[in-house]
Amino acid sequence: MSEWLEIGVIADIPRLGARALTINGVKIAIFRTADDEIFGLEDRCPHKDGPLSQGIVHGRSVACPLHNQVFHLDSGMGADPDDGCARTIQVRLTGGRIYIASGAGQQAAE
Amino acid sequence: MKPRLVIIGNGMAGMRAVEELLEAAPGVYDITVFGAEPNVNYNRIMLSPLLAGEKSFEDIVINGRNWYADNGIVLHMGAKIEFIDREAREVVSACGIRAKYDRLLIATGSDPFMLPIPGANLPGVVTFRDVMDVEKMLEASRTHKRAVVIGGGLLGLEAANGLRANGMQVSVIHLMPTLMERQLDEAAGYLLQRELESRGIEINTRANSKEIYGKDKAEGILLDDGRRIDADLVVMAVGIKPSVTLAKASGLTCERGIVVDDHMVTSDPAILAVGECVQHRGAVYGLVAPLFDMAKVVARQLANDADSAYSGSVTNTRLKVSGIDLFSAGDFSDAEGTEDIILRDAHRGVYKRLVLKENRIRGAVLYGDTADGGWYFQMLRDGQDISAIRDSLIFGQSFAGGGASQNPSSAVAALPDTAEICGCNGVCKGKIVTAITTHGLTSLEDVRGKTKASASCGSCTGLVEHLLALTLGDQYTAGEASKPICKCTELTHDDVRRLILARELKSIPAVMQELQWKSANGCSTCRPALNYYLVCDWPGEYVDDYQSRFINERAHANIQKDGTYSVVPRMWGGLTNAKELRAIADVVDKFNIPTVKVTGGQRIDLLGVKKEQLPDVWRDLNASGLVSGHAYGKALRTVKTCVGSEWCRFGTQASLSMGVKIEKMTWGSWTPHKVKMAVSGCPRNCAEATIKDFGVVAVDSGWELHVGGNGGIKVRVTDLLCKVETEAEVLEYCGAFMQLYRQEAHYLERTAPWLERVGLNHIREKIVDDTESRARLYARFLMSQTFVQKDPWAERASEGVHAHEFKQLAMAG
Ligand code: SRM
Ligand SMILES: Cc1cc2nc3c(=O)[nH]c(=O)nc-3n(C[C@H](O)[C@H](O)[C@H](O)COP(=O)(O)OP(=O)(O)OC[C@H]3O[C@@H](n4cnc5c(N)ncnc54)[C@H](O)[C@@H]3O)c2cc1C
Ligand code: SF4
Ligand code: FES
Repeated sequence: MSEWLEIGVIADIPRLGARALTINGVKIAIFRTADDEIFGLEDRCPHKDGPLSQGIVHGRSVACPLHNQVFHLDSGMGADPDDGCARTIQVRLTGGRIYIASGAGQQAAE
Repeated sequence: MKPRLVIIGNGMAGMRAVEELLEAAPGVYDITVFGAEPNVNYNRIMLSPLLAGEKSFEDIVINGRNWYADNGIVLHMGAKIEFIDREAREVVSACGIRAKYDRLLIATGSDPFMLPIPGANLPGVVTFRDVMDVEKMLEASRTHKRAVVIGGGLLGLEAANGLRANGMQVSVIHLMPTLMERQLDEAAGYLLQRELESRGIEINTRANSKEIYGKDKAEGILLDDGRRIDADLVVMAVGIKPSVTLAKASGLTCERGIVVDDHMVTSDPAILAVGECVQHRGAVYGLVAPLFDMAKVVARQLANDADSAYSGSVTNTRLKVSGIDLFSAGDFSDAEGTEDIILRDAHRGVYKRLVLKENRIRGAVLYGDTADGGWYFQMLRDGQDISAIRDSLIFGQSFAGGGASQNPSSAVAALPDTAEICGCNGVCKGKIVTAITTHGLTSLEDVRGKTKASASCGSCTGLVEHLLALTLGDQYTAGEASKPICKCTELTHDDVRRLILARELKSIPAVMQELQWKSANGCSTCRPALNYYLVCDWPGEYVDDYQSRFINERAHANIQKDGTYSVVPRMWGGLTNAKELRAIADVVDKFNIPTVKVTGGQRIDLLGVKKEQLPDVWRDLNASGLVSGHAYGKALRTVKTCVGSEWCRFGTQASLSMGVKIEKMTWGSWTPHKVKMAVSGCPRNCAEATIKDFGVVAVDSGWELHVGGNGGIKVRVTDLLCKVETEAEVLEYCGAFMQLYRQEAHYLERTAPWLERVGLNHIREKIVDDTESRARLYARFLMSQTFVQKDPWAERASEGVHAHEFKQLAMAG
């Protein structure tokens, strides 16, 4: 089963912001909401590959920086279902530390 | 010589009579108006939204100075008439101005009634009648915490709500057991009380004020049951009485009001009276609809239509507290032979009651759902027999009227042409529809201008919009300006901008909390807008929220389609030199930047830089003096120049150095949308100044200033703002223009659509005609600039600002 890899502490990400990281060559975006929830998505918009980590985070959603399509952070689904779906990455927050499922890279790269 | 008409009272009834007269018989009289207030004619009804911060004074002006000038009316503001010399046919003002009349119209309105209790004339006790009262209340709300409002009628409750909206703790003292007892029955009074209490307003019914205590100013109120309520402000809103002192002193017959006959003529045939100051067939009125009816008759009398006559009015009331729907009309006391039909829906907070007598509606009280108020009122006034629809009457028109649809638009469609839409101005559906089709009206403003519908208390605005939509079909789109910012709020950009200032909101959470945002932290549409408004309104105080900016402004570079960034250093006025070019060449080599391009804005773009590289690229560019060009921002972009008289054989002025000076003054400024400027050295205009937001074209005798142009999908050529002589003037006008645009435009509205929305005249008035206003705007702009003219690249390259933005998350261990 998956192991959890520590990737940083919650303070590394601004509230209503995101940080990017690359694991096994796959770009991943880690988001933090106003209520300090943490979510992970592959950093690639289903529309035209926009880096979602660069978008504006609001509620539990992010607006893509290139053409403003909005995606739910928990499911990766587009707010407008026609916009498709971004791949989710499993993350966990314990005691202020952020962990990511070790298989995340392969999983996303499949 | 034309006969002279003098009007005493520059209020709602007096000026409405003048408007009607100008329409019925233009140019017949030489008109002079005396007003005791130091203002032009404004909409008194709207003092409540003014107090609550929902409107500005400019929004509530009915006739501005231009109207008086355009119609040849002499206006004396702040000039109270003290005496009418009926023998000499002359009026005399307190400050000594005299005017002779052939016909005189008295329209002095009402005076607020003061309770004759000890302390009533202490400082800190105010009434609620005019703009000055509102200013006093706003002033008090800025420095004090607690207010008491005496009187739980319409005025008192609107005052209480407004003061609460300004953050005061408010207690209402009301003598009767329920609120607004003259308009509401107990049930509706209770619902209203509960709603106001839930908004944090304390309500004391059955409370009799005995004394206002305090040494040098009001400090609180003592009730006759011994209770004391401390307060820094006491608003007395216990009623009004017709203002008859002047008429009485001049020997006109007065009882409660100035007595007039059906022709609105007083006991002196040369003198007419109109408005709240009159008593007609024993009745006095305190609402605008009857006054407007009277004004029509007055105008026709003055236009020598001797037959016109006024026969009294039936009135209805609505409370103007946003979010509370309340309507009342007629009589609902339990008289013999009356029957009630009542509908309660506790879940929706709806209460409706109709009082019938002999199958006719005699009174109506609606709370929570007032859509059918107009329909019931119509039947009440017409004395219509309702037996046929009695069973479904209470469910409202769309139900009772046959069409079972609950859709408001089809309800409006179903109304007969004679149905009254605007109660204040007595405008019926047919008149509005005809005005829309015959005059080609397309907006709410147009309809207000032509028919007056929705121009007074505004509660029929929705109906008028439905009529526009029905009549115009797809051609009608509610004006951009009247649409909410986004789905997180009902408020428009203008509302929000005004409320941020009025309520001194200084952070995004404060705005969202106070203005009742519907989402937890906004969306990608409203957050950048709010961030901009706060940056603009509170320079030096507001802490910029970078999480509410688009990526380009957060990263100070333009994101490209592959996720890399482009870097555009500033080249002041398009000017560069060997050192800068060498630094650019070195950076390109060192960081392997794939593309270098000369932009359409007279500078150089380095494309394809990775985000992590940005701080290092900037550090190297900074070293040779190059700074951010803000090519990524809703901000000042470029000031293009041509070579001008420095080199060109046609040049008339030094456009190059002018452009550099402008750019040095304006760089770094955040604006609603991007701002581009240009300076051309002669009218050949090689810098394309006439399609810029602010364009300067040199001519022999100075500089022409052009505004509101842009390229883009819809090219717009500038309008000429004015001509000035010196470089210093160019800078001052430019700074003032920037500031006006910053303060007034909606986020993401460029200068061209802004100019078209507010009109070139408005901009000229603020920047060209009014020297003081220009100086103020310019000073404010320069002040704001002191906080932003720091190179954002240097802050990030060398001072470590927002370092997290440019680094990936590191893996621990
Ligand atoms: C780089 C440049 C093209 C070039 O290679 O020359 C450019 C590039 C872009 N322009 Fe432009 N515009 C550039 C000069 C212009 C000009 C010419 C000028 O400034 O004299 C115009 C017409 C003048 C005007 O704005 O009125 C121009 C009218 C636009 C518009 C339409 C604006 C409008 O009001 O309709 C857009 C779209 C927008 O802003 O919404 C736009 C948007 C863009 C964006 C920001 C599109 C985007 O969102 O990615 C492009 C950014 C590219 C990048 O990452 O650098 N660009 N763009 C020019 C940069 C100038 C500079 O030095 O800063
Ligand atoms: C806060 C508030 C809310 C209201 N809300 C509503 C509402 O929702 N619906 C509604 O129908 N009505 C409402 N009203 C009532 C409405 O505003 C009045 O009915 C209307 O303004 C009366 O018009 P008028 O011209 O008779 O008097 P005014 O508008 O008061 O005008 C009289 C003018 O004459 C001036 N004047 C008096 N004496 C002299 C003198 N000797 N010389 C020179 N000038 C003089 C006064 O300064 C004043 O400007 C409201 C009133 C207030 C104060
Ligand atoms: S014209 Fe279109 S493609 Fe070219 S830079 Fe401007 S926005 Fe981009
Ligand atoms: S790439 Fe994300 S919206 Fe177009």
